[in-house]
Amino acid sequence: MALVYAGVCSHAPGITGRADQADPEVREEFYAAFDQMRAAIEARGAEAIMVVAAEHFANFFMNNMPAFAMGMADFYDGPIEDAGWLAIDKFRAPGNRDLSERLIREVMATVDVAYAEEWRFDHGIAVPLHFLTPAFDLPVIPVNINCQGPPLTPLHRAWAFGEALRRAADSVPERIALVGTGGISHWPATPDSGKINQAWDEEFLDRWCRNDRQALLDYDDLTVYAEAGQGGFEIRTFLAVSAAAAGVPGTVHFYTPIPIFAVGCTVASYDLAALS
Amino acid sequence: MSLYYVQKFLFELNRDEAFQAAYRADRRAVLGPYELTDEEITALIEPDIGLLFHLGVNGQILMHFAALHQIEWADYLQLMRDGIERHGPVREGVYAMTGYQGVDAHAAGLGQDSLAADGTGNTGQGGE
Repeated sequence: MALVYAGVCSHAPGITGRADQADPEVREEFYAAFDQMRAAIEARGAEAIMVVAAEHFANFFMNNMPAFAMGMADFYDGPIEDAGWLAIDKFRAPGNRDLSERLIREVMATVDVAYAEEWRFDHGIAVPLHFLTPAFDLPVIPVNINCQGPPLTPLHRAWAFGEALRRAADSVPERIALVGTGGISHWPATPDSGKINQAWDEEFLDRWCRNDRQALLDYDDLTVYAEAGQGGFEIRTFLAVSAAAAGVPGTVHFYTPIPIFAVGCTVASYDLAALS
Repeated sequence: MSLYYVQKFLFELNRDEAFQAAYRADRRAVLGPYELTDEEITALIEPDIGLLFHLGVNGQILMHFAALHQIEWADYLQLMRDGIERHGPVREGVYAMTGYQGVDAHAAGLGQDSLAADGTGNTGQGGE
């Protein structure tokens, strides 16, 4: 059919694991934005959700680190973290090996993507799924961009990967929802955890909503590290969704720094109907 | 100095419950196959979270090791700060890209107050 939804959201483990330490009012507003994202995905009749993540050494390590990877299995287990620590019970999410293989073959036409017939979800995918498919009844196509172990995937390659994901999604009969998940600025799991550069985030989100390719690619890792932390490297997932959305404008539905969640919590989407 | 093998050990420990059980039973024995210095072995056995951060272990790996040892989040953050105070800047790895300046310097550079002393990550900035 086509790509029917394209959006981005945060995935920090504190969103679920430290929920009780956040301001309840702000937390519930954020959760409500996740609920609206789920409703939008359901309203578009998505038959699979492709999650572009920045996984954190749960499956991929520096002994063989792929720049890009996609899952190709009929099921995925998670969370790999302690269920109590993440406050998400152990689950088995459905995949769709056949659909994955068709998508991967199409992506491979332009981008050298690794595939994985085994993939255990960490918080980077488990947290979004907890809100977006709480019953784990929507097939998942996990996707990863190396945002953790330098040398990282170059931004312009993340963009090309997003274009390939769009072409792949449009080549299959199934209705595909695409969700990128990551940063924006944050210093997760470090002594600076909780620090958030709100001005940097707002500038980035402005570029993201304008879907301005040149402006989005006009970042470099040293500057991002200094101004947005190593968590800012995860903008690659947001850029891939921008590329997949092919120039249409976006909307930020929720953005608020929640330091105990260690990130500026974000829910945003592109208006895919703007092209038609 | 073998940051790669320290992180590889933690990567494998974090994702394997049987390996975690073996680590609990005999911490030193499970480290045998890895190319580690005496300093690294000590840090992994104690465990010394601050020293591991100083050595350059990625927090995305280290935080799960801390959780395995039932270290609360705020304590985990403080142990890393203490490690930097005691041992000096991060030696290598992603956090050594521009040098670790410390929480106060980072916060000042962003025009923010420093992190709360209680380790909650409350920066005192707007929109919390």
